[in-house]
Amino acid sequence: MKQLVILSGKGGTGKTTVAAALAHLAARESSVVLADADVDAANLELVLAPTRLEEHDFFSGQVAVIDADTCTACGRCAEVCRFDAVVPGDVAYRVTPIDCEGCASCYYQCPAEAIQMVEPRVGQWFRSDTRFGPLFHAHLFAGQENSGKLVTLVKQQGRLLALDTSAELLIVDGPPGIGCPVISASAGADLALLVVEPTVAGAHDLERILGTTNHFGVPALVCVNKADINPTRVTEIAAYCRQQGISMVKAVPYDTVVSKAMVQGQPVTAYEPEGAVARALEGVWEQIKTTLRAA
Amino acid sequence: MIITIASGKGGTGKTTVAINLALALTEDGSTPVHFLDCDVEEPNAHLFLKPTIERQQPVGIPVPVVDLAKCTYCGRCAEVCAYHAIAVVGQRVLVFPELCHGCGSCTLNCPTEAIHEELNIIGVVEQGHARAIHFAHGILNVGEPMAVPIIRQLKQQAIPKLANGQAVILDASPGTACPVVESLHGADFALMVTEPTPFGLHDLRLAVQVARDELGLPVGIVVNRDGIGDTGVDEYAAAEGIPILMRIPLDRRIAEAYSEGVPLVQALPEWRERFVDLYRRMAQEVAG
Repeated sequence: MKQLVILSGKGGTGKTTVAAALAHLAARESSVVLADADVDAANLELVLAPTRLEEHDFFSGQVAVIDADTCTACGRCAEVCRFDAVVPGDVAYRVTPIDCEGCASCYYQCPAEAIQMVEPRVGQWFRSDTRFGPLFHAHLFAGQENSGKLVTLVKQQGRLLALDTSAELLIVDGPPGIGCPVISASAGADLALLVVEPTVAGAHDLERILGTTNHFGVPALVCVNKADINPTRVTEIAAYCRQQGISMVKAVPYDTVVSKAMVQGQPVTAYEPEGAVARALEGVWEQIKTTLRAA
Repeated sequence: MIITIASGKGGTGKTTVAINLALALTEDGSTPVHFLDCDVEEPNAHLFLKPTIERQQPVGIPVPVVDLAKCTYCGRCAEVCAYHAIAVVGQRVLVFPELCHGCGSCTLNCPTEAIHEELNIIGVVEQGHARAIHFAHGILNVGEPMAVPIIRQLKQQAIPKLANGQAVILDASPGTACPVVESLHGADFALMVTEPTPFGLHDLRLAVQVARDELGLPVGIVVNRDGIGDTGVDEYAAAEGIPILMRIPLDRRIAEAYSEGVPLVQALPEWRERFVDLYRRMAQEVAG
């Protein structure tokens, strides 16, 4: 079983569009498991029309809760809190949950033992069926922490099922950025497909996401999406990749068919299989297969 | 007025709106502008504003350093650490800096005062000017997981104490998790940039939940690439009573100018007055 993660650094370059297309193409010839690792803004389900089979609560981290009756308003909790999460009051102090990092520093310091640490329900994760294979996805509640842990959970569930069912490929649709959820999504991947757009921002962000995959030893391929928006930038990105020893796969042209397919809830390769975008993505998939076979 | 520009979905045009708002207000001359790029994982605003950086301040997390001469290997530090960032194994103490949140609980709980803290550098805050714009951004070091401490430092250093009569523009990262919450915290207004597609709408709903429902901020919408998808965003905005404050049409010229790093207000000057007007409308929304 091989594990492919789709990343970009910059948001909105087309990760999910590419992931859905690859799921469609891969499922035609082998068994695939899918994991949506963008747990704060999960979109893969919008184009895969999943049937939900299982729903689980996700509890993580801790939040301090001050018992107003026991609190003596001495202020020690606010003094030791480095995250400005404790709000002073005349009678009792209280904690703003959204600011609390769950470090429990206040819990240990409170002389009145008025503080409890509770583990909140911060999200849900799901196992679903799609027409291309099983999908693991999640929803981190608005503004919560620990997205990295939920990403790891979703990905591990996908990995376990892929191993159990002897699936050949796990496709992980990653989050934007380079921080904690991206690091969690990339761990254990055999290959990262970096989807970039030919803009000054896209080229800049490619360097940072490539730095991240290099740092964690994940081999990468680069796919330029919306390539005809700026051919000069494509040439520059190609030169940069050559210099870094990173292979590029077939470039995907800009086409409003991508948004039309999304509105119809379909992968672009299923919506307009003979179109330029779909044909380019077929080329991308062939190159990924070759690379994964050699990995 | 402090404005945070967010979106949920990535690539909808947060930075486009943020920099053009900053440039339009500066060229108009009416309002001093402080610009903070809070997308510390992938900061991009500097590519468009091209600031001169005048000051750099490394950002670190205070991580424990154990004085083994005083340590009794009692294990209390590991017991109180909520992040498993310190472990005591026999006669050894292991610290894992990338897991440490810098809360200081181990220091406070060590019975022999064997722990002090030293900064583990995870990134930098840079400040300078892009012409009249006070510019600041944070940069997370590649391979580091935690963006929030950088955003926190960036805000502490770059938001003026008295923001009245000044525009403070925060360009947030995509998503709805802790880095976005930190960027929205303390703002007067949350401006949501979205695209009229199912992905854009889905993530817009989540971003509105954070800004309006969790943090109680007034919100408004900019629809970018107007015409590309469906009418879902318009229907949602009408149902929720959220004002659509600007529409940027789907226009290849706009996409090409962006790809070259040329701000919209420079490529197509008729947009200047529209962005000044956007600011006025946000001010009216805040005034209620």
